Amino acid sequence: MGNFAANEGLSIFVIVSYEMKLSPVSMVNFHSFSLSPSQHALSWARAPAACLNFNCMLILLPVCRNLLSFLRGSIQYCSRTAARQLDRNLTFHKLVAYMIALHTAIHIIAHLFNFERFMDSQLMINSSYLPYVLSQIGNNDNRSYLNPIRTNETVMMFTTIAGLTGVVITLALILIITSSMEVIRRSYFEVFWFTHHLFIVFFIGLVLHGVGRIVRGQTIESVKVHKPDECHSRFEDWGKNGTDCPEPVFAGNPPMTWKWVVGPMILYVCERLVRFYRSQQKVVITKVVMHPSKTLELQMKKKGFKMEVGQYVFIKCPSISQLEWHPFTLTSAPEEDHLSVHIRIVGDWTQALYTACGGDKTVVQDAWTLPKVAVDGPFGTASEDVFRYEVVMLVGAGIGVTPFASVLKSVWYKHVQENKNVFTKKIYFYWLCPETQAFEWFADLLQSLERQMMEKDMSDFLSYNIYLTRWKDAEAAHFRVQYEAEDDPITGLKQKTRYGKPNWDNEFSAIATQHPGSKVGVFLCGPTALATALGKQCISHTESGTEFIFNKENF
Amino acid sequence: MGKIEWAMWANEQALAAGLIYATGGIVGVAGQFRGWQFAAFGIAAGVFVCLLEYPRSKRGKGTSVERTGQYCFTVCVNAFGPLTRNYYVRAFLHAALCVPGGFMLATVLGCVCLGIASLIYLSAAIHGEHWEPILPRTEPPKRVGDSIKEPPQNPPPRPPPELRRKKADKLETAAYDNPMSVTVNE
Repeated sequence: MGNFAANEGLSIFVIVSYEMKLSPVSMVNFHSFSLSPSQHALSWARAPAACLNFNCMLILLPVCRNLLSFLRGSIQYCSRTAARQLDRNLTFHKLVAYMIALHTAIHIIAHLFNFERFMDSQLMINSSYLPYVLSQIGNNDNRSYLNPIRTNETVMMFTTIAGLTGVVITLALILIITSSMEVIRRSYFEVFWFTHHLFIVFFIGLVLHGVGRIVRGQTIESVKVHKPDECHSRFEDWGKNGTDCPEPVFAGNPPMTWKWVVGPMILYVCERLVRFYRSQQKVVITKVVMHPSKTLELQMKKKGFKMEVGQYVFIKCPSISQLEWHPFTLTSAPEEDHLSVHIRIVGDWTQALYTACGGDKTVVQDAWTLPKVAVDGPFGTASEDVFRYEVVMLVGAGIGVTPFASVLKSVWYKHVQENKNVFTKKIYFYWLCPETQAFEWFADLLQSLERQMMEKDMSDFLSYNIYLTRWKDAEAAHFRVQYEAEDDPITGLKQKTRYGKPNWDNEFSAIATQHPGSKVGVFLCGPTALATALGKQCISHTESGTEFIFNKENF
Repeated sequence: MGKIEWAMWANEQALAAGLIYATGGIVGVAGQFRGWQFAAFGIAAGVFVCLLEYPRSKRGKGTSVERTGQYCFTVCVNAFGPLTRNYYVRAFLHAALCVPGGFMLATVLGCVCLGIASLIYLSAAIHGEHWEPILPRTEPPKRVGDSIKEPPQNPPPRPPPELRRKKADKLETAAYDNPMSVTVNE
């Protein structure tokens, strides 16, 4: 239970405090608007409008990834837990988006009722009916009226700024939402990305929505002489001699939305400018390595580039596509003088990159024939926290092993070559993969680490376990024969490959017994099912003393 | 852009449009607005569109993800044959259904969204896509009863226990746990 609080407590606090902000905002607005005490449609529209102001302010902030990287770096010194909340920025963005959709729906439905009531007020010609009387105010001078529906047009919404912008931004919102469904996002990312840019239309329309000053309220001077609480039931006497209720005067309320969203809009513009500036900086490809099983390694140099372990960058290749930025984990360590990424060739863009880098040619390429690339980043992830734990469990599934390449290399450099006093004392590394062929570059890395560790007599620093989760019958026969060999038949490592999936219960118990009283960081890069399983294990194995803290990469 | 199957997005948009159309219609009828007859039509059209669009089509490339419980809808929609498989028909159907919504304020949003869905379906049809049902594959019936006598289908590749037994003094370096306990003299 304690670990659950440690892991999830801060996220729950963030969400609860966000919800609590919304209720006072809506209640305050609910009470101040009313055409007559018995009709609340306008209040029902104004309350979600206030919430929408708040939400639209928040929605831009979680996607300013450069700003978040900067914040993450600064907050880390105060609280690691707070910094970890910034990893969930996309979840927060989605939550705020759902709230915007919900409040938009309430707002629109309330306005539909509003329009009907206002229309009724104009049409029911009866001077003892308060709404009608209020609607007739200002008929003469066309300035101080209350009821905005001046004529009997039902589609008058298209002739006012508020109506027109309302329709436009709602359409933009609906298109953004339908193209952001998981199915579309995962399979056709470009549709999602380009449609999402309709948010520019959304924000412009949102700011202009109140410019027409269509919502009318009593002017401040008028409230002083005509008090609504006392006078609303004596409407037949307004303005007549001898009463203390002169005719009320109304004017349009000024637009408020721009005050809420202008800050985040400026921040977002800065964010895009930073991304653009970074993309213009010169990046040189120094080495291209073709690994078997369709993996391309690019080693690059960029002036002034600093990274931490396990971070990722966005790469753009203008000769392939001017607009596409793709994320890749960095596989080099901060101590190296270049940055490297390992790219699996799976789609159009990666295939084109492979061809552009001369993947299908056998002769050595000259440096000037290699394509120009742009790099944005690096952006932080949970892996940066690896060195803050004394004992670390790294679990990588399939391609998820990539960030740990950077971690392991960096650990190696720190321990051996620079002899710094490293806080991390023991690393348990688990690699689950259906076939090791696809990541033989990683197996190479492990081999060289193993060799160097044996030379330095440090074999017990890193304990790694490779689990092969799928095999063919023909291969199985080969493994069976080779089981007694000193080196593993699949990876060539001293540590034998295991078959099937690990028994996490046993693993966690063994680690807990071996390291009582310490904080163990568990880092996972892999599928959600595994994340749930490991999360549960962390919570259940955190007893007095040993604490397992779960960190998940998000890609 | 990558090889987008427009029908996938058209499907999401049409489903959302159906819901919005129906909601606008419910508001119109419940509030007894002027022109509530259009709202009533909106409810019917919205519900019909939702039922038609709920079952996802099988993708041309890649794995298709079903919506929860879509199997019975798939069977119903598949029963109409070329009327539902062809996206030109769907595009014109949605365009026709959305027109009455434009006459009333409450349903005008549903009308525009359904119109946009109709346009995306038109684009899908022009690109030659069509609707394919996602049907479960029929599995060959397994034989029950002999399972205890037959060895497991895909065991981990290691030799039988007698050969796997490591000597007692090599226990620490062994990669496998001993299937039976050993003492030094063995």
